[in-house]
Amino acid sequence: MSELVLKNGIVYDPINNVNGEKMDILVKDGKIVEKLNGNAKTIDCSGKIVMPGGIEIHSHMAGGKVNGGRLFQPEDHVRFAMPKTKVTRSGTGFSTPTTFLTGYLYSKMGYTTGMTAAMPPLMARHTHEELKDIPMIDKGAYCLTDGNWFIMKYLKNGEIEKCAAYVSWLLKATKGYVVKITNPCGTEAWGWGKNCRSLDDPAPYFDITPRELVKGLVEVNEILKLPHSVHLHANNCGRLGNFVTTLETFKVPNGTKPAAKRQIMHATHIQFHSYGGDTWHNFESKADEIAKAVNSNKNIVIDTGTVTLDHTTTMTADGPLEYYLQSLTHLKWMNRNVEMETSPGITPFIYSRKMPTASIQWAIGLELSLLIKDPWQVLMTTDHPNAGPFIRYPRIIAWLMSRKYREETASKVHKVIYDRSTIDGIDREYSFYDIAIVTRAGEAKALGLSDRKGHLGVGADADIAVYDINPSEIDPSRDYKEIEKKFSSAAYTIKDGEILVKNGEIVQTRYGRTLWVNSKVDGELEKEVMKDIEYNFKRYYSVNLANYPVREEVLTRSTEVTRSASV
Amino acid sequence: MSLEVKLITGRTLHQGASMERLGKESEEYTKSVAVCEMDPADMEKLGVKEGDIVKVATDSGEVFLWAAKSRQAPHEGTIFIPMGPWANALVDAGTNSTGMPDFKGVKARVEPAPEGKVLNAVELVREIYGYNY
Amino acid sequence: MATITDVICPFCGTLCDDIEVVVNGSKIESARHACKIGNSKFLSINDIPRPIKPLIRENGASREASIDEAIAKAAEILSNSKRALLFGWSSTSCEATAVGIEIAEEIGGLIDGTTTVCHGPTVMAVQYVGLPSVTLGEIKNRADLVIYWGANPMHAHPRHLSRYSIFPRGYFRERGQQDRELIVVDVRKTDTAKIANHFIQVEFGKDYELLSALRMIVNGGELEEEEVAGVPKEKIIELADKMMNCQFGILFFGMGLTMSPGKHRNIDNAISLVKNLNRHTKFSIMPMRGHWNVTGFGEVMTWQTGYPFAVDFSRGYARYNPGETSANDVLQREEVDAVLVVASDPVAHFPRKSVAHLARVPMITIAPHHSLTTELSEIFIPSSMVGIEEEGTAYRMDTVPLFTRKVIDPPQGVLSDVEILKRILEKIREMR
Repeated sequence: MSELVLKNGIVYDPINNVNGEKMDILVKDGKIVEKLNGNAKTIDCSGKIVMPGGIEIHSHMAGGKVNGGRLFQPEDHVRFAMPKTKVTRSGTGFSTPTTFLTGYLYSKMGYTTGMTAAMPPLMARHTHEELKDIPMIDKGAYCLTDGNWFIMKYLKNGEIEKCAAYVSWLLKATKGYVVKITNPCGTEAWGWGKNCRSLDDPAPYFDITPRELVKGLVEVNEILKLPHSVHLHANNCGRLGNFVTTLETFKVPNGTKPAAKRQIMHATHIQFHSYGGDTWHNFESKADEIAKAVNSNKNIVIDTGTVTLDHTTTMTADGPLEYYLQSLTHLKWMNRNVEMETSPGITPFIYSRKMPTASIQWAIGLELSLLIKDPWQVLMTTDHPNAGPFIRYPRIIAWLMSRKYREETASKVHKVIYDRSTIDGIDREYSFYDIAIVTRAGEAKALGLSDRKGHLGVGADADIAVYDINPSEIDPSRDYKEIEKKFSSAAYTIKDGEILVKNGEIVQTRYGRTLWVNSKVDGELEKEVMKDIEYNFKRYYSVNLANYPVREEVLTRSTEVTRSASV
Repeated sequence: MSLEVKLITGRTLHQGASMERLGKESEEYTKSVAVCEMDPADMEKLGVKEGDIVKVATDSGEVFLWAAKSRQAPHEGTIFIPMGPWANALVDAGTNSTGMPDFKGVKARVEPAPEGKVLNAVELVREIYGYNY
Repeated sequence: MATITDVICPFCGTLCDDIEVVVNGSKIESARHACKIGNSKFLSINDIPRPIKPLIRENGASREASIDEAIAKAAEILSNSKRALLFGWSSTSCEATAVGIEIAEEIGGLIDGTTTVCHGPTVMAVQYVGLPSVTLGEIKNRADLVIYWGANPMHAHPRHLSRYSIFPRGYFRERGQQDRELIVVDVRKTDTAKIANHFIQVEFGKDYELLSALRMIVNGGELEEEEVAGVPKEKIIELADKMMNCQFGILFFGMGLTMSPGKHRNIDNAISLVKNLNRHTKFSIMPMRGHWNVTGFGEVMTWQTGYPFAVDFSRGYARYNPGETSANDVLQREEVDAVLVVASDPVAHFPRKSVAHLARVPMITIAPHHSLTTELSEIFIPSSMVGIEEEGTAYRMDTVPLFTRKVIDPPQGVLSDVEILKRILEKIREMR
């Protein structure tokens, strides 16, 4: 493999406390090294920003419901198309881009790793088939556990160790990286067309509450010592007045210690969970309350789910939410309850600037980023494509770095934001260092990947983004359009030491790793749990147990992260 | 003596099984697919019995088939021909901009044809489309 | 003798995954649990003579050719074509479809699947109104009301009723059939209708009217007509009541809706009815997909091109407009100048006018057996049978992915669809 020197770049590497220093980054055999011997290729990075490659912590980029979103919206695919070139495949789609295109678009923005946010276990093979066709980035999948009959039964019976052994098996069987919980218990209730509307509203028949399920899975996650914490999409997503549920949810893990140096809970797309009001007429932002709670709780990390004011697609395992949304919009609606596991749904959504609600939602996403003091606790996402497509990241970066840009956008949305959000009063502007935290370093840390990703220290994967921005010459507060443009189109994206993007154009394609957790538990315990699994598969699943696990061969560059549990 | 009917085409268990097991050149395939399933009342009107040969004609073409008493009657005025080359020789052109031809509901005429010959699939394709070689 | 368990049956969209195949040398002794058609497919290995060598037709006669020659000639035809159609795909693996898409993209051709003549209208309706659905296990565990509308699973999906819908015992339906009600709506009293609790005979071509009447009642309206689509008013009200008052309902529909006059508008109305029902109870709808991997073809097409069928690559990126870019339309307009058929038999299953054009243009067919399509093909390349002689991914009608197994070796010298297609692609690239 070739050697590479990135010379004289202005480096932002928050994990190593490097804040805009001019330095060289040396690359050999796909890793960052201390020194090189021979004829390294030199890239002149003077006057350019060098950061670790971007990391996507929550994006619906692959799997059954993503494809459902593509399938039922040909109109979305007419909006954006890229013909095939000498090095790239063709692709279409604005809010639901096709797989090849997804990889290219992330790479063009300097991203090198991405996690797909919701994988129903029974559909795991589908998710991995699509990940296999997403080039350019390393990837992983979050395994849904919210309406899982095994988990609900074990936790109801207080069998926490068996539950842990089951989750360990499930991660291996589905090649998942994270324990994901979407609308805990509500997705089982949706099997009967019902929902769980508070933390103490139990799932029908199984009689376990969301509070008990979340608490139990937090414990299981730490018993298994998983790299990431539980990744939670809380109850009442998108509902009026839901900030109360959100604040309560933050407290659920209290008393459980993280098994690694990271948060105990990742609460995702919190923009959708920071709503006040009890009718759409007094709908308001409660981002300030949420920020207060996060500021006083070091054990929580959130991502924003920032609304980008686009015509997009909503898709989530939160089936009842999607039903609710389509009942408001009367747009088309897809639903896919997955037996014994979860209940995804999909519906298009138009965040119109003229709508009071959409305008307030836009404000909330930014308020969260700006009111939460510690950027390590507030990572940047659009919950792609729910609040907007990921290709809008550069615009969000520009909003965060420029009060003026926010004011300009605010003047074009519904004026209700001046009364029912605090966005207008916020002066804070992000620095490049802050941006590096909320788009890569923070993600790496939260995902337990910071040994190899999200930084440029010796030994890290040589996943690097170079942007043609000279911090000493640009004033992001004023030149926000330029910021947006440059972050859209990386000067270089380097993946495993290979140049994939140059001047915003893809110069070669590569397939990245697929990360999954090989979770190990006590053999006897596992055997015992296997008996339950076999019994229930025979009776209640529609596939045979032998046909359920995903074979490793479907993963591109399968990379297991081994974790031994404390049981 | 002929009867105006609606033609429906579709899968049957025998069509599927004989196609998969023995192939489309087999006698069994011809026996299970080159049939015109009719309501008994319609058969009476035409004076045909199970196994008699009938001619079915549409705007697109005509084929000879064995009449068969429908086990899924009553459906007077409707005939059923299992999906396959015989049925499709009768299906009209056009999709009305849907991509989907009208496989069900084609206007057709049935009449007894004791002199007709039921071709097997290969013979039928040869007769209709010929070869350009 | 060896028994291979958990085998997935490559016949219909039910994709039963509990088949036990007993293999004895190069013969398959039995395929336990399979239905009559599935069993026939497995046992066909023993009966139908398998072509081994590719055939090339020249000067009115066909001759055997080497695989290299056949692949080179196929690549030449495709590479020189201005507007090739790549058709079939529903009876092969997703992996093969992926290579097919790459070829279509490379030569700027069209790619379409058998979807276009089965549930193409369903896809179009889904693109209007969506699709509230569930996986089949949900139905087995929860459903107390099962409706088949214009579908005859006793013939087309023989184990559908016993595995997923009516007969199995489920978690919340411990007594199986006794805990459920079966309603069949059809123009004929089908064999499925014969075992139903209620059969509703709809006049041919009037499904749309009946669906509208049901929607009217479900949405609180009053039916003024004494009879709609040949069904008496009381019966329609009774049906609507059953639908609104069940705990978990499912409406399966088939070709009776997609192929009858109205086509995608029938499906649109059926889906809209189910959406309306969700104001009263939990109700879902599912198309009875026919070929075993027709769903998988749509999935791969969608994630790679953005559209599920009828894709045109002539501009270098995918375009989709059924009615314009779909197989029967481009054939009947005589636009196509070369055809590649994979794992399908359009000569048997397309209308006369489409077949007439297939007979006119050079056609390459890749399939395990002789068929009417191979009869009319310039080049026939025999391939192995996916799901029996070859592994590969497939998607069940409810989009659950399954990895089909290999139970026996293909005849010596016979390559897989994937291998053949990859080699054709390679050759095409060499020529450009």
